[in-house]
Amino acid sequence: MKPPVFEYHAPGSTDEALALLGEHAWEAKILAGGQSLVPAMNFRLASPAILIDINGVDELSGIETAADGSLRIGAMTRQNVVESSDQVRAAAPLLHKAMPWIAHPQIRARGTLGGSIAHADPAAELPAVMLALGAEFHARGPSGERAIPADEFFFGLLMTALAPDEMLTAISIPAQAPRSGTAFVEFARRHGDYALAGVAVTLTLGSDGTCESAALGLLSVSEAPMLAVQAASALVGTAVELSDAEGAAELAAGEIDPTGDLHASADYRRHLVRVLVRRAVVEARAGIEDRG
Amino acid sequence: MTDTPYFGRRVPRNEDATLLTGRAQFIDDVDLPDMLHVAFWRSDFAHARITGVDLSAVRARPDVVAAYVADDLGDIWGPGPLLVPPPPIEDIVFHERCQVPLARDRVLHAGEPVVAIVATSRYAAEDALEDVRVDLEPIDAVVDLHAALEQDAPVLHEGLDSNLAAHCVQQKGNYEEASANAELVLERRFHYDRGASAAIENRGVVANWDDSNGKLTIWDTTQAPIPIRNGLAGLYGLAERQVDVIAPFIGGGFGPKIMMFYPEEVVVPWIAMQLGRPVKWIEDRSENFYATTQERSQIHDAKVAFDADGRILGVHDVFLHDTGAYDPYGLTVAINAQCTLLGCYDVPAYYSEFTAVFTNRPIVTPVRGAGRQHGVFVMERMLDLAARELDIDRVEIRRRNYLAPDDFPHDHGLVYQDFSSLTYDSGNYAPALERAAEMIDFPAWRDGGREEAHAAGAHEGVGIVSYVEGTGIGPYEGARVSIDPSGEVHVATGVGTQGQGHYTTLAQIVADAVGADVARVHVVTGDTREFNWGTGTFASRGAVVAGHACHAAGMAVREKIVECAATHFGVDGESLELGAGKVTVAAEPDRSITLGDLASLANPLRGAVVPGTEPGLEATAYFGPARGATASGVHAMRDCCRPGDVRRADPRLRCGA
Repeated sequence: MKPPVFEYHAPGSTDEALALLGEHAWEAKILAGGQSLVPAMNFRLASPAILIDINGVDELSGIETAADGSLRIGAMTRQNVVESSDQVRAAAPLLHKAMPWIAHPQIRARGTLGGSIAHADPAAELPAVMLALGAEFHARGPSGERAIPADEFFFGLLMTALAPDEMLTAISIPAQAPRSGTAFVEFARRHGDYALAGVAVTLTLGSDGTCESAALGLLSVSEAPMLAVQAASALVGTAVELSDAEGAAELAAGEIDPTGDLHASADYRRHLVRVLVRRAVVEARAGIEDRG
Repeated sequence: MTDTPYFGRRVPRNEDATLLTGRAQFIDDVDLPDMLHVAFWRSDFAHARITGVDLSAVRARPDVVAAYVADDLGDIWGPGPLLVPPPPIEDIVFHERCQVPLARDRVLHAGEPVVAIVATSRYAAEDALEDVRVDLEPIDAVVDLHAALEQDAPVLHEGLDSNLAAHCVQQKGNYEEASANAELVLERRFHYDRGASAAIENRGVVANWDDSNGKLTIWDTTQAPIPIRNGLAGLYGLAERQVDVIAPFIGGGFGPKIMMFYPEEVVVPWIAMQLGRPVKWIEDRSENFYATTQERSQIHDAKVAFDADGRILGVHDVFLHDTGAYDPYGLTVAINAQCTLLGCYDVPAYYSEFTAVFTNRPIVTPVRGAGRQHGVFVMERMLDLAARELDIDRVEIRRRNYLAPDDFPHDHGLVYQDFSSLTYDSGNYAPALERAAEMIDFPAWRDGGREEAHAAGAHEGVGIVSYVEGTGIGPYEGARVSIDPSGEVHVATGVGTQGQGHYTTLAQIVADAVGADVARVHVVTGDTREFNWGTGTFASRGAVVAGHACHAAGMAVREKIVECAATHFGVDGESLELGAGKVTVAAEPDRSITLGDLASLANPLRGAVVPGTEPGLEATAYFGPARGATASGVHAMRDCCRPGDVRRADPRLRCGA
């Protein structure tokens, strides 16, 4: 459990980090919190020749609330900082409630928001949450900065829209709309383990009390974190009664293509999605009434 | 002793200052000049034939000092010792197949080491692992206990015609007769799955050969340094006094760190002798999951016969025991399951038969319970099921079956893991059961509480079990107590310490015996340089057996203190009081002498002593029980969960006893 030999760089600024990345691109990996990358290196599953450690780049950390209430969170902001942030709790309750489900406190103390998103593990909580929040990712590369919507970011197992010479610098999250409710549920054999399945939901009601928009992010049920698009559209226009939640759950179970492994069969994952989507939609809907 | 200022009372722990300030020496803290590091190449296949090993690329690496395969080990290559021979039970069958230091022709479990690489750092050693070329021809792995015994199953060990490792029947009374008129006979199959202990600190070995003194020093995360010292000395052709084994502070033992003669324990010191340089190997967590011994897997087919009142008429249990790829620890785990199943209960007829099975899984040796809980699980599940069938509450069915307080000593007519008869020395089980039931308010749950909770949307459940644990087994331990002229009291014993608090508990025993301040009693455990005799820490025996030895040695020193002080004051020994590190003439409180000053008096530089007098305030004593002691207990729990919220049980309802 020792990593193979690598070259280590510790840039002090984003520009410096990007210059190194531009120089080494395919051979290099960005080291953020290291909670996935370092174990992978210790198991010799990953052997990047060059590590660019951006822990010393202060400008990549921090949480800002814009005038419209939306959040901009630096990619290197630690997960436990996001977890305890009042700004996050106010503007993005879904993100706030999902944080404790990520691994364990020790890991959240090192792990970063951007690191987990850029790593794009389909079993991770944050990518699915970002999909349900309609977040936008800010990436910088040699040709400047661009914004990538969350639903155009995740491609496949650990694959994202980031080019090899680009790095994730910040995440924008819209403020939760009025008359909205959210829920995050997942099922793991032990709290902190990779979940066998999980669901992040955002629901918004229109003035007539029916669902105006819905988004369901799913984790651990496909090659990449994904949105259950059919399930979400089926909810729109309904009063989000229990039967509507059940309908959405059935659709979600149909639009995933889970694989079986040592921990759970494909059928069991499908069953979990059915149960978890129903619970999450009911909880999100109930949350709206709670808020008056 | 009529009063005990320390024993049984809360005192600040003697070891805490050392531990909390980071000064405690754990195995990886042993850092010697010029030290080399070892990494093992381990098979990822559970079962395979080794057809070739090529280490040329490994040996060509600049950081690699040496690399070894089985054939390089010469005389030290061979099966390790059988640590526990099978107990003397009639018609018992046992096939001894112990692990080898490095696999030579076949690998029998994933994680079995094939190559040892020695390099200037662990990093370099692990880099070199990538250059190891081992040709393996996979063989079907035997993992299922029933399939392992079928005719067409691949056989693990040469010289055997099946994977049967052992077979044993123990019985008392006649189950068939006893169950003939039963009101209820329950039959169930119980699967008890594999488990691995994961101590906070993994295993490790550091060894240093001092050529000028002909001395081998081994730091080893072992629970039993003296047997390891004796065994390795024999293996390497050294006298026992040429080998020191030091078990430093250890971050958890739980059984797997017992005197195992693990491949790494055998190979690492040998490498130090070969190279004349200190060598270190620290097990990493991924190795720990398959290179350290494990436990648990058994399949029980149990039948229990009850009368209409829920009284047990007889128990019939036939089980398969997974011993893994090798069986160096004999039958301890299976015998414990067999003997512990009877629990607190009066069982007139018992038939127990087990078959131990070789499988391509890591070796099974005692882990945290050593088989006892498997037996408890079978019996307690059966009692719960019978309670339901016969409509008797779960507390009551246990109470009805308990041995009565005047049934002791109770000889079950079985042979226990320590080869003595399974005899309960004492017991009174009902009070603990009643207390536990009260703590979880069992009557309220039974009489409507459960339904009430359900109506409010919660599932409320109760678990209640009782058990007897055989513990404090022999053969013996010893201790030496000595008092320094400074007044400090030193205690040395052979058992190892892995977090049990021996530095305090053994000090409490000795402090009371010699009348010293407990903070001035310094305990050394697990260091063969300090104490030469003993077996080790396992089977919950350290406090019982080594504790008794400490007490005996302390009391022997007390006699010397009294004799010495009586002579000094010219009074009768009866008139003296011991305490707070000094001896006082009871009737004249201003006449006292410290233990330190007495120690100086007991070691005169000039003059004459009465012939036969032993110098100093020092004594060594041993304790060996005729058989293990029996402890008993009850665990009870009431918990609840709400549908859809299985994890967030209501903490107000969570209570245990």
